[in-house]
Amino acid sequence: MCGIVGLYLKNEALYSQLGALFKPMLIEMTGRGPDSAGVAIYRDPVADDQVKFSLAHESSEYDWTSLAANLGNALSCRADVTQRDTHGILTTSGAEKDVQQWLADNAPDIRVVGSGSSVEIYKETGLPEQVYERFGLESAQGRHMIGHTRMATESAVTTAGSHPFATGADLCLVHNGSLSNHNRLREELKRKGVTFGSENDSEVAAAYLTWKLRQGVSLKDALEEALDDLDGFFTFCIGTSDGFAVLRDPIACKHAVLAETDDWVAMATEYRAIATLPGAEQAKVWEPRPATVYAWGAETLDGMAANASEHADQGAA
Amino acid sequence: MNTMDFQEVGLREINRALQAVDSLTNSREWAIENPMGQHAIACGINAPLSVHIKGNVGFYCAGMNQQAEVIIDGHAGVGLAENMMSGIVRVKGNASQSAGATGHGGLLVIEGDASSRCGISMKGIDIVVGGSVGHMSAFMGQVGHMVVCGDAGEALGDSIYEAKLYVAGSVESLGADCIEKEMTAEHEQTLADLLERSQINKSVQSFRRYGSARKLYNFDIDHADEY
Repeated sequence: MCGIVGLYLKNEALYSQLGALFKPMLIEMTGRGPDSAGVAIYRDPVADDQVKFSLAHESSEYDWTSLAANLGNALSCRADVTQRDTHGILTTSGAEKDVQQWLADNAPDIRVVGSGSSVEIYKETGLPEQVYERFGLESAQGRHMIGHTRMATESAVTTAGSHPFATGADLCLVHNGSLSNHNRLREELKRKGVTFGSENDSEVAAAYLTWKLRQGVSLKDALEEALDDLDGFFTFCIGTSDGFAVLRDPIACKHAVLAETDDWVAMATEYRAIATLPGAEQAKVWEPRPATVYAWGAETLDGMAANASEHADQGAA
Repeated sequence: MNTMDFQEVGLREINRALQAVDSLTNSREWAIENPMGQHAIACGINAPLSVHIKGNVGFYCAGMNQQAEVIIDGHAGVGLAENMMSGIVRVKGNASQSAGATGHGGLLVIEGDASSRCGISMKGIDIVVGGSVGHMSAFMGQVGHMVVCGDAGEALGDSIYEAKLYVAGSVESLGADCIEKEMTAEHEQTLADLLERSQINKSVQSFRRYGSARKLYNFDIDHADEY
C-alpha cells in the first residue's frame, strides 16, 4: 500500500492556502498508510549564501536554540532555528559540508532529513492527520508540496524509515511500492561513499538518485537510468525546488493519477485524494504512462520545463 | 428518480439501497451525487435499474453488475465493472487499470481511454473503448469482444484464449499467441452491432481483428516431452 500525493499551484492567488488545500489530500490517503506520514514543502527560500536544513530529534523537548548557538559559535556563522515539534528548521550561513560534519560530531542524535534553499521536510510516525497537525502545516503557504502516508512492508515503522527521503539540495522522494534489489544496491552505494539512515528500501531509491545527481547526471536522466537499475514496483513523486516529477515502473504496478486545471496540478495514488481540490470535477484527469517521466515546473529536469501536453492525451484516469 | 448524495449517506447506504431493489420494482431511476472518487460505488446490483453517477468515481465501481445500466458522468478508477455479469456500464471519461476484468457478460463502454490490463481475463463481457487501451489489455481473454477505436499498448491479447479483439488504431505489440486474423462479413456485423449498442460512431472498415493462434493453450502431443 502507501499513498503519495503532490500539489503544485499554478495560480499565485492560492499560495496562501497551500497547507489547507494539501491537508485533505494527505488525510484521504490514511487508509493506504496509517503507520507514518511526511511532507516536503517548498517555501521561504533563504539568501544565496545560506542553507536551510530540516533537522529532526526524537524528542519534541530538544533544545534547538542552544544547538543553533553552539553551531554558530563553532563555525563563526549565522545560525537561526525554528522549532516545529520534533523538527528544527535551521537557516545558516555556514558551509553545508561543515555544518553536516559539525552536527555529526557534536549532535549525533540529530538527523538531517533535508537541505537546500527552500525545502522543509517533516515526517513522523502516527496517523497522517496527527502528523500534519503536529507540524502546524495547515496554515503553511507556498507553491508546492509532496507527501506520503506509509504502510510499512520492507522495514520497521520508524521516523527514519518515513518518507520523504532527501536526494540532494531541495530534492526529495516519496515512493509507493517496494524494491526487490535494495539490499544489493545499498551495499554498492555504501562502497561508493553514500550513507544510509535506515534499512528502508525507498531510502535506497533516494540514495541512488542522490549518487547519480552527484555524478552530474540530470534528474531526468537519473530517473530514466533508475528504470534499469531499480528492480521492483514503484510510483515515485520527486519534489524539486521548482515543482515535482512523477515516474512509474515499466509495468505500472502501482496506482497513480494526475489531474490538472488552470489553477493547479496534482498527483495522487488515488483520485479521491484529489477530489477535494477546487475545480477537481472539471479537471483534466489521466493516468501517467509506465516508464515515462512527467514533470511540472521542474527546471532541474533539463529540457522538461513544463509537462508536454501530449502526455495529457495518453493514458487514462 | 431516487437521488442519493454520497457525502450525506455514504457508501454502505447507497449500495444497500441499490442491492435491495428487486427486479419487479417501478423505482428504476437512481442518481448518485458527489461520489468524490470514492470506491466500490454501485457494486453488486441485481435489478434492471438505471443508475446515474454524477462525478468521478474511485476503484471497483459497478463491480459484479447484473441487469442494471450504470452511467458514470466522469472518470473511473481501477477495476471498473470488475466481474460484470450483465447489463451496461458506461463511463463518459477515462478508466484506470483493469477495466472490465474477469467480466462474464454485459457491455462496458469507456468513451475515453482505458489504461493497462483492460479486459484482463475477460470471460464473456463485451468492452468498447472510444479511445486507446494501455499495455497487457485482454490478457488471457477467454470469451467476449474488445473493441478499441484508438490504439492498443504493448502485449495486446497476451496468452489469449477465445476473446475477439478489434482495434482501429495501431497496436504497439501483440502478446504471446495473439495474431491478426481475417475480418469476415460475420465479424463486421458483430463489430457494427457492438458500436451501435455503444453509441460510438466509427467506421467498421477502419478496424483490424486479432485473436488467438491457439498454439499456446492447446495440448500438443508433439510437445509432450516438454511438460
